[in-house]
Parts: sequence; C-alpha cells; structure tokens
Amino acid sequence: MLQLFKKILKTGVVTEKYKAPKDDELEKLGIEIKRHIDKQFSGSIAIRQVDAGSCNGCELEIHALNNPYYNIERFGIHFVASPRHADVLLVTGPVSRHMQTALLRTYEATPNPKWVVAVGDCAACGGEFGVSYASCGAVSNVIPVDMTIVGCPPTPLALLKGLLSLINK
Amino acid sequence: MSASNWTTDFLNQLNSTEFFIVPVLINPNTVNTAFNGDPQSDKIVLWQIESRHWQQFGQYALEQNLRWVAGWAEHAETVFIVNACFEKAGIYVLLRTRIDTDHPELPSQATVYPAANRSERHTQDLFGISFAGHPDNRRWTRHQAWGKHSYPLRKDFSVQGEPQAVTPPDMNYPFVKAHGAGVYEIPVGPVHAGIIEPGHFRFLAVGELILNLEERLGYVHKGIEKIAEGRTPDSLARLAGRISGDTTVGHCWAACRAMEQAAGITIPPRAALIRGILAERERVANHLGDMGAICNDVAFVFAQMQFTRLRELWLRTHATVFGHRLLMDRIVPGGVICDLSETACTLIKQEILQLKNELSEVMPAIDLNSSLEDRLYTAGYLSPETATAFGTLGYVGRASGQDFDVRRDAPYSPYDQVTFKVALENKGDIASRFWVRYKEINAALKLINQFIAQLAEGDILADWQTPPAGSEGLGIVEGWRGEITTYVRFDDDNKIARFYPRDPSILNWPALEKLTLNNIVPDFPVCNKSLNGSYSGNDL
Repeated sequence: MLQLFKKILKTGVVTEKYKAPKDDELEKLGIEIKRHIDKQFSGSIAIRQVDAGSCNGCELEIHALNNPYYNIERFGIHFVASPRHADVLLVTGPVSRHMQTALLRTYEATPNPKWVVAVGDCAACGGEFGVSYASCGAVSNVIPVDMTIVGCPPTPLALLKGLLSLINK
Repeated sequence: MSASNWTTDFLNQLNSTEFFIVPVLINPNTVNTAFNGDPQSDKIVLWQIESRHWQQFGQYALEQNLRWVAGWAEHAETVFIVNACFEKAGIYVLLRTRIDTDHPELPSQATVYPAANRSERHTQDLFGISFAGHPDNRRWTRHQAWGKHSYPLRKDFSVQGEPQAVTPPDMNYPFVKAHGAGVYEIPVGPVHAGIIEPGHFRFLAVGELILNLEERLGYVHKGIEKIAEGRTPDSLARLAGRISGDTTVGHCWAACRAMEQAAGITIPPRAALIRGILAERERVANHLGDMGAICNDVAFVFAQMQFTRLRELWLRTHATVFGHRLLMDRIVPGGVICDLSETACTLIKQEILQLKNELSEVMPAIDLNSSLEDRLYTAGYLSPETATAFGTLGYVGRASGQDFDVRRDAPYSPYDQVTFKVALENKGDIASRFWVRYKEINAALKLINQFIAQLAEGDILADWQTPPAGSEGLGIVEGWRGEITTYVRFDDDNKIARFYPRDPSILNWPALEKLTLNNIVPDFPVCNKSLNGSYSGNDL
C-alpha cells in the first residue's frame, strides 16, 4: 500500500487547463455547431457514446478524455451507461446498416431535450467507408445531428474543445 | 524453403494416398526475380487440390498438427476460388481449390477445425458457397442488410446493393437455448454500457454462474472486402489502416506487404526498420491501455489512472515524432512517409528509459495488491488444449502456452535482423494475459532500441511498379493482437481485385465463449477485456 500512495504523491496532479475555444479556433478545428445546449441544461451534461460502426479509433480518443490530462468530468461532462440517462449522444462511425435500427432506438430512448454529436470523419461524412450495401454513411443520414467534430480520429483536445463550446453559450 | 522441412514429407504422404496435389509458384513472374529480399517469401507454399479432397486434407492436416490460419474465397467468372491457409513451424501452406459457380458446394473443414467455423459461415453468407457437413451453418455476418439469396462478394452484386430505407433488426437469430429450473437468459448489446464497440452477447445463467455464452457479432460489418475492390494501392493502404483503429499499423503493414509481394517490390532497409518501430510502439500503446482497463474492470482505479497517463504520454510522442497519435497512414505501399531524425531517435530512447522507470514504480504497487490477486488469478481460464483447438493467437494464445510469434517463427524484415524473447505463460487465466502483456511491453522496448541502433542513412520509400494483372500476395505480420494474414490480388491497371484481411480477433473471439464458462456474470467484463477482441476487425 505504501508504494501505491508513494506513486500517487510522486505523480501529483497532471491535469491541464483548457478553455472553450473562440469561433475562429472552432473553425480551424473543423468543428461545426448547429444548435447549442440550452443554458438551463448546460451546467452538467450526461453523454451516451454510441459506436454505430466505427473502426474503434474514435473510441480510443474518447476514452482518453477520461485520462488525468484531460479529466473531462471536472467540466461537468460525464459518460453514462444508458441513453435513458443521457442528454447527448456521441455517435461515431459510418452507421453500418446492421446498426441502423439500434441507433434509431437509442435515439428514441434518449429523453428530450437531446443533442447529437457526430464524432470523426466517418460520422461526419462517411469517411473511408461512405455509403454502400453495408453502410448508411454519415450519422446525419440516420438521425438529426447538432454538432460535428471531424478528424480521423479527432484528438482528445478537439473533442474536449468541441464539447465545451457546445455547452458554453 | 529447403527441401528438409515438413512440407515435403507431408506432400509425399498425401500424394501417395488418393490425393493429387500440385505445388505451384505464387506469382511465377515476380517471385524468383525481384522479390528475393524478403525472408518470409520462401516460407509460403501454394498447393492446388481437387475440391472433393478439401475436408480430407483438413483431417490429414490435423493429424500433422497444422494450425488452421485463415479461409477466404474469390469470385472469378464461372468459378469460385476457395483458399485455406495452414501453418506449422513457421511454414505456411496456402491450399487452393476451384468450384463451379453452378454448384457452389465444398466439404467443410470446420468438421475437424473449430477455428474454420465462423470463417466458413462468413464465406457462406458473402459468396453463397455452402460447406457440406458444417456443424453450424446458421448465418453469421449476414443480419438483415441483404437478402438470404443475394451474396455481396459475387461480382454481379453492386457495391450499393439494394438496401431498405431502414434495415430491420436481426430478430430471429436462432440462439442456443437451455431449459430447466433456474436457467435464464441475459441479452447484452449491441449497444453496450461503456465506450466500446457494438456486438451482442447472449448469456445462459444459473444464479450468477455462466452456463453458456453465445456471441453474435457482425453489427459493424462495413463491407470492407467489397469496397476494397477497384482501389489503388495507396487507397487500399488507407482502408486497411481503418479495419481496426487500434491496429492501424499492423493491418496497414500486412496489406502493404501483400501488395509489395504482388508487385515484386523490396522496401528500403530504413523503411523496414521504421515500420518495425511503428509496430512495436503500437503494441506498447495498446498494452498500456489494456493493462489499465483490466484493472479498471475490477475497480482498481489507481492502475487505470497510471496506465492511461503513461499511454497518453506515449501517444503524444507519436504525434510529435510521427505526426499522428494513433500512427494512421504512416505506412504506405513501398515504405513509410515519416522519417526519423537524430533528435527524434534520442527522444524515443529517453522516453523508453522514462517508461521503464515509471513501470518499475507502478508494477510493484500492483503486484502486491491482494484485491487484484483475488479477481485476476484463476478467473477466465483458457486451457492450452482449447487454445490449440481454436488456433488462438497473440497474447491470448501465449498466455495459454501457444508458443508462436510470426516475428520469430516466420520473420520478415526487420525482425530477421534482431533477437528477442517471445513472452510465454501457461496458466491461461486473466492474470497470465495481464503478465504476458507486461512482458511484451518490455520486449517491444528492447526491439525499438535495436531498430534505432541499426538505422542507417537511406531512402524510406521505394518506387511503385504496377503489378501484372492476377498478381497476388500474402502478407503475414505479428500485429499487437497476434498474427494478421492479409491476401491481395491485383486486377489490371494497378487496381485491387480481391482483399481479405484476417484479423487475429476472428480466431480469438470463439475462445471468449469458452473461457467465460463457469465464471460469474459480473466477471464477464474483465474476461472480455483480458482478450480484447476487435469487433470491427472481426466483422469487416
């Protein structure tokens, strides 16, 4: 146990400071917001992440948001286990046809008001996979999208800034 | 390969019975001339066989302890070319037969090789080839996105297909049932509670004990094999890098090796070394993430925080040195696009020292923790026999005594120039899979140092040459999850005719169904994480 506490103390706090980006920075990051989260809901948002056909690259970077450097929970943003508890659906991947109904049902199961964030190039425009017999392409082809964060995959910093700007207006 | 290896004896034995097997050269035009710089190229032999002997060959192969590696088919006008790949002692036999499209039937090898089970079902769903005698011919990759009697990988099926506006859910899949007092079903997924990929698990449980687990995958089938057709080499490399986001280096390398083999291109030594560094760095990044996640699944958050911190630092170096946090698109046909400066090499070497130092502080704190011992030892046991039967690969296989590693047993450049120890454990539990990962991190760090030491000035990209139509290649590399086997055949005009990547997850997923038996349902997440199969790599 002593070694454990020693390591915790030695590591210290590594969390970095971030601010919600200005409009020009948003544009540079390729983040597009169609609808902000209403003020009365923006203090704390619960996110349900849905992989609708991703290669898992985006998931790795979404995971990183919870590491000690980004520590996204300090901004009141946290991930929940059910769409019933969620304000925001964070959807990755081109929507595979085999996931289409599952995504629609997840969307329906999320209570209003709700926002949808499409994460990654595939979710934004179909990416490397596009539309085919097996893929519906962009998330907006299946459910309404309020924000897109591009990148293959987007960096945790881009994700963090995108989510902060979604709640800060 | 020299005449002394086992393939000669095996071929004689087969041909002295009722078989008539013809060994043929892969790419007779290129293999003997340009493509002699690759030490792996003489470890692959191609045998043609009559279709009626397909299953019998499997029986003989099993007697000889050959490992079943991969299976795939190809549509060429009036025939289906069906392939199966086997391995023993680092030598690969690519078995090939042709069947008429009018009678697409073949005796099933899954009758003797459980490893071939899902692969044959995949071929059945996508080509409409039926495997006679298959122990389980339910659909696998097909849900409801295309009809029962249409087959996406046939040439007359268009890339767009004829999808419905909304693809209905796959409601009536015949799961295994159990009857009796106290037995109940738990359906889980496809949308899971965590930040993970989609798939369905059907548990049959008595109390908390898992009586049976059945996986239902295929939810992230994106038609990768179909949309690969007609691509250029560069475009295929990009697609291969997105088969499974965590194995972007591994898949990209395997696809590029296959294409380079087909085109008869030898990559510059410096490019090979940089590819090696990329692959080992990918291995370390993933193992760091997994080790943290395994601890997190038994609520030991200290380790999760430490490992995610170390992983983040490691990924930041990826970004500064190589230009991408996950190393996507660094490997291209003919070499790599990122060179390493002297300063970058120094930075990498320093980082390795730092990581070793950090791990020397974190690991004892973990090792001495009794709550981890309680949860990880003996849980999720995979016996060496089961691992052999399913052809389990990578750290999952090596934690159950499967002493195989492509880098050592069928080395490809740059692994033929270095020596390293393949991590091995034989207890087969979650703790073993945890410790194998730790050993693999240490081995990878040593390899990176060796590769850097060997870096000499030179090119990092060879000129591409358009391969003749029909040229094929089989790229086999050790990705971080285990052996990746990728097949490529070219059409004319530098276009891809057929692409089949076999992710190690395809062989590892069935092992999960076995290793969770008699564990409790709440231990399923940690069992699953200790194996960490790729859904996307499996579903294609």
